Amino acid sequence: MTGTRKLLRLAMRLDRVRLPIWIVLLAVMPAATAAQYKKLYPTEADLDAVSGVISNPSLVAINGPLFKVTLGALTAWKIGATELILVGLMSIFTVIRHSRAEEEAGRLELIGAGVVGRRAPLTAALALAALANLAVTVFITLFLVGTGMPAGGSVAFGLAVGLTGLAFTGVAGLAAQLTETARSAHGYAFAFLGAAYVLRSLGDTGPSALSWISPIGWAMRVRAFADERWWVLALPLALAGVSVVAAYALVARRDLGAGLLRERRGPETAAAYLGSPFGLAWRLHRGILLGWLIGLAAGGATMGGAAAGISGAVIDNKQVTDMLARLGGTGGLLNAYLATVFGIIGLCVAAYTVQATLRMRAEESTGRLEAILATPAGRIRWALSHLVFALGGSALILAVTGAAAGLTYGLQIHDVGGQIPRLAGAALVQTPAVWVLTGLGAALFGLLPRFSALAWAGLIVCVVLLELGAILGLNQRIIDASPFAHVPKLPGSDFTATPMLWLLAVGAVLTVGGLAGFRRRDLVS
Amino acid sequence: MSDAITVSGLVKTFGQTRALDGLDLSVRSGEVHGFLGPNGAGKTTTIRVLLGLVRADSGSARLLGGDPWRDTATLHRRLAYVPGDVTLWPNLSGGEVIDLLGRLRGGVDRQRRDELLQRFDLDPTKKGRTYSKGNRQKVALVAALASDVELLILDEPTSGLDPLMEEVFRQVILEEQQREGRTVLLSSHILSEVETLCERVTIIREGRAVESGTLAELRHLTRTSIRAELTGPVANLAVLPGVHDLQAHNGHVSFDVDDAELNNVLKHLAEAGVRSLVSQPPTLEELFLRHYEGAK
Repeated sequence: MTGTRKLLRLAMRLDRVRLPIWIVLLAVMPAATAAQYKKLYPTEADLDAVSGVISNPSLVAINGPLFKVTLGALTAWKIGATELILVGLMSIFTVIRHSRAEEEAGRLELIGAGVVGRRAPLTAALALAALANLAVTVFITLFLVGTGMPAGGSVAFGLAVGLTGLAFTGVAGLAAQLTETARSAHGYAFAFLGAAYVLRSLGDTGPSALSWISPIGWAMRVRAFADERWWVLALPLALAGVSVVAAYALVARRDLGAGLLRERRGPETAAAYLGSPFGLAWRLHRGILLGWLIGLAAGGATMGGAAAGISGAVIDNKQVTDMLARLGGTGGLLNAYLATVFGIIGLCVAAYTVQATLRMRAEESTGRLEAILATPAGRIRWALSHLVFALGGSALILAVTGAAAGLTYGLQIHDVGGQIPRLAGAALVQTPAVWVLTGLGAALFGLLPRFSALAWAGLIVCVVLLELGAILGLNQRIIDASPFAHVPKLPGSDFTATPMLWLLAVGAVLTVGGLAGFRRRDLVS
Repeated sequence: MSDAITVSGLVKTFGQTRALDGLDLSVRSGEVHGFLGPNGAGKTTTIRVLLGLVRADSGSARLLGGDPWRDTATLHRRLAYVPGDVTLWPNLSGGEVIDLLGRLRGGVDRQRRDELLQRFDLDPTKKGRTYSKGNRQKVALVAALASDVELLILDEPTSGLDPLMEEVFRQVILEEQQREGRTVLLSSHILSEVETLCERVTIIREGRAVESGTLAELRHLTRTSIRAELTGPVANLAVLPGVHDLQAHNGHVSFDVDDAELNNVLKHLAEAGVRSLVSQPPTLEELFLRHYEGAK
């Protein structure tokens, strides 16, 4: 453990901007939601009316169940799923960044040879994430109490979020020891997070046992602001403990640089396709593309399946439709629900496209691009072969996810042939907005390569504006900064070509500008 | 003979740092040219300019008769490059990388590739992330040497290789050169390697060429080491012009002498009576050290 403190200080310095942003974001969202709901639903009757719709299976699938009709419970219901996913992401990124990614980059070797114990790097990474989660817990609680929420519920909600973060901290620590690369460690940890959300979603609309094996399900079952069940908090704590113990057991056993899951051997000669920039890009992108495709198609199928439950519910309550409109949909309840789902899926696909676009920067900063550009493969040809995946891949994922939703929904209403193309088309409408983020990534890569990662900030802005823009009562002009604000809400609304063409134009200008910049600039590591 | 590489007055700055400060370099077709300098002298930056990866601020660079920034596609068909710090794709096997880079250059000579794999004792089925530094270097070397190109640009190609493999590398380069007449630009700070392989060398310091020529020419400008056993005392050896680092003990003397003064000094020794005498040309290492120590 020697040197843990030194490493922890180093990690804190490296994350001195990143982590505070996460913590502030996580702490502000619940309080802001609570404050807004206080204004929107001032009376018991308002709350009752809203709560009526929330028991609807489709919303339960997205946000979880509402346990009680109180302002606090409604806040926890609205923001809970988002908070839990974000706190999971924060913990996973932090732990893997300071353990496996450092080791992979060889920096731990430098440190490991110094006076640093074998367990110190993992301990420092876990400690940093734990501290961040502690801060999240404290600030969520304080801010909620500050907006006038009951103290008990505020503490319960803060702890539910913070301890879930701690559970994902442990899981990420374990994943970092199991694998040899940061990428596969991220893969395992994200898969765990995704599974936790989907299990919770299935459990909340079906066999409830499924929700009880999901850390996200546990956090919701703490029932903040709805007769808190404090003992449930022991579950994420136990998961954190077990996974941390397992991670330390692995540290003791393995060599530096190695993981527990050993690498398989590769082919002795390259397959025929691996002889061009495009062939290489296919090899580098196919796994990630397939992962996103399967994950989002499964999500689409789940959400499409839940849609059938809505068609039965006849609700003609002005306030309810208003609320759904605020969530992103217009028109009929079912269409509003589907449009909301596709809006969320659009943001997920935007995450894919940012990841795929920034792959170019990863190739450059590791020095691998140098080897390729020392061959006759030109810069533009190389960049385009990556962009094919960022652009085409996102359209493909959207189409398949929409089709998957159409399949499960169509099966239930006996209209598979009609629903698959209808919902695939509705999902594809997101493409131009997604491509604006591809363009943002390409422009940063070409013009400000060292700041390429800011494309993620662009994505986070879109998420915050879509999820919270209307609910926080933000000015429409600010909300309009997100390309997703301009996408026609399909199905249900009229398809309008003008905003789509504008989005396409913006995406194209950004992409071409990025390519032009890349052609003229020096390679930088 | 025409020049494969001509660089003159090359300047490249990165922010405040002047990485290249009026560099001149000329590499003749068919020669193995040593490019010497300590870390940070600008060797890699020069190579990156030659490969069109960074653009020079001023000065001119010609490579195989073309412009390295504009004519990349045509020029890169005719050259192969081994970077100093090879990074591989973690999930591609070594064999896949060799084939990929070879195909991008226009084709792989399978027989040659397999022969090189054997000589470098490289397992092509391991994944990129599992190779050691030396083995990553071998992957890049095999990929470069197996392609049919006129010019090899090697940036410290043996860093990380064990002595046995360094020897294999030397043999392969010598064979290449004899058989194909390939031009090689070999950046290095391993002097024995440059001494065995290179006909001409350019020594750079702080972004400028401080010396350039054949090894024989460079040695000519410098000192010879003398060790002698004398029969009688020699007067005032220490104060003779051009004598350095004199050590005398029981009639044994050893010192370095500037080549210009060699004749005069030998006369003095002969007057004293010489029982035995060994003279050595300076090693490249001494040459090199002199340039860098002089600068401090």
